[in-house]
Amino acid sequence: MNGVHDMGGTHGHGAVTIEADEPVFHEPWEGRVYGMMRGMRAAGVFNLDQFRHARERQAPAEYLGSTYYQSWLSALELIARETGAIVPVETLPERRPEPTFRAGDAVMTRNINPRGHTRLPRYARARRGIVDSVHGPYKLPDTNAHHRSLDWEPVYTVRFEAQELWGDDAEPHTTIRVDLSQSYLEAAP
Amino acid sequence: MSSGGEHHPHPPSDFEARAKALESLLVEKGVLTSGSIDKIVDAFEHDIGPMLGARAVARAWIDPAFKERLLAAPKSALVELGITEHQVEELVVVENSAAVHNVIVCTLCSCYPWMVLGLPPTWYKSAPYRSRVVMEPRAVLHEMGLDLSTDVEVRVWDSSSDIRYMVLPERPAGTEGWGEERLATLATRDSMIGVANAANATSSGPAGAEA
Repeated sequence: MNGVHDMGGTHGHGAVTIEADEPVFHEPWEGRVYGMMRGMRAAGVFNLDQFRHARERQAPAEYLGSTYYQSWLSALELIARETGAIVPVETLPERRPEPTFRAGDAVMTRNINPRGHTRLPRYARARRGIVDSVHGPYKLPDTNAHHRSLDWEPVYTVRFEAQELWGDDAEPHTTIRVDLSQSYLEAAP
Repeated sequence: MSSGGEHHPHPPSDFEARAKALESLLVEKGVLTSGSIDKIVDAFEHDIGPMLGARAVARAWIDPAFKERLLAAPKSALVELGITEHQVEELVVVENSAAVHNVIVCTLCSCYPWMVLGLPPTWYKSAPYRSRVVMEPRAVLHEMGLDLSTDVEVRVWDSSSDIRYMVLPERPAGTEGWGEERLATLATRDSMIGVANAANATSSGPAGAEA
C-alpha cells in the first residue's frame, strides 16, 4: 500500500535528531511490547509481514504521531482483535518459482500500487537497475501479509544509480541497493 | 498529566495500561508467559548489543582469514565468536574502504541487524533518517559529522527484505599492535550502521604501552 510508512525520498520530516546515551527501552512498558511481539510471532499468531502490514494500516496521523513502541502496541492490539490471538491453522498453497535473473542482469522494477502489503518502495518503482546478488528464497511479503499463499521467491539485491532514482537532484557518486522479490522485477529491454 | 517529552506525545500511563491489558490477554490465551517477556527484555538490555558486532569487527581487523569468512559467510563466522542468536535467515557484512562507504537503512520500517547491534536507536527508526538517507546520504552523513569526498562511492543499503546488513568500518590509523579488546572499543554502533567512521585511536582514553 502507498502509505506514510514508505518514507524513502519524502520531504518535510526535518533533521535527524540523535539522543545521547539512549536507553534500550525508554519505559518498562516498551520492553513488554517488544517481548510480546516476539512471543506472539514465535507462537504463530502472526508472521512478520502481517505485523508490518498492521503497522502500515494505522491512520497516517497516528503512524507519524506515535513513538515507535506506541505504534507497535497499536499493531499488536489490532492483530489480537482480528485473530482473537488464536493461531490460524490452515495449509496454504505453496509456489516456488525458479530464479529468472542472475547477478549482472539489467532489470526494471514494476510499477505496482497494491492496496495490500508490498516491500517494493515507491521510490524504486519503474526504475532500471542491475542485479547485484541473488538471495533466498524468501516468502513473498505481498501474499504472506494477507495469509493467502506461501510464495517462496528469489530475492535480488538490485543496484540503482542515484541519478536513476532522483534525477538531477541526486547526489554524486552514489548508488542505492534495494532487496526485491522476483515478482517486483522484469527483464530490462 | 504532563507529557514526558518528545517520546510521549500521549500520557505514558495510557500505553502502560494498554500494554498490561494485552499481556494479560496473551497470558490467559496461553500465547506466551510473562517470564518469556522478562527474558527477552533482559537479553536486549544486557547481552545483545553493539558490543557483539564490535567483537567481530575487531577480530576482522587483526585476522585477515577471519575477515574473509566474515564477509563470505557472516553467520558462521559469528558462531566462531560464540554469537549464535541470529533470528534472521541472512546477514550480509559490507566492507568500507578508501573507495567505498556503506550505510544501512530500512525506509519501510525498522529492519536492523539485531543479532550484532541489538535494538536500533530511535533516530534509525525515525522519519527524518528513513526518508532522507536514500535520497541525500551525503547531506545526512554530513549533519551527523561525517564528510565524504566525492571520490568515495556512497552505497546505501535499503533493507527491504529479510536480509540484514552490518558495515565493517575501516580500521583507524595509529592502532598498529593494538589487541582485539582495545580495538573493539573503536568499533562504535554508528560505524557499523555506516553513519560514522570507527572512532579515532586517540578517543580510546590515554594511550597504552601497546600503541
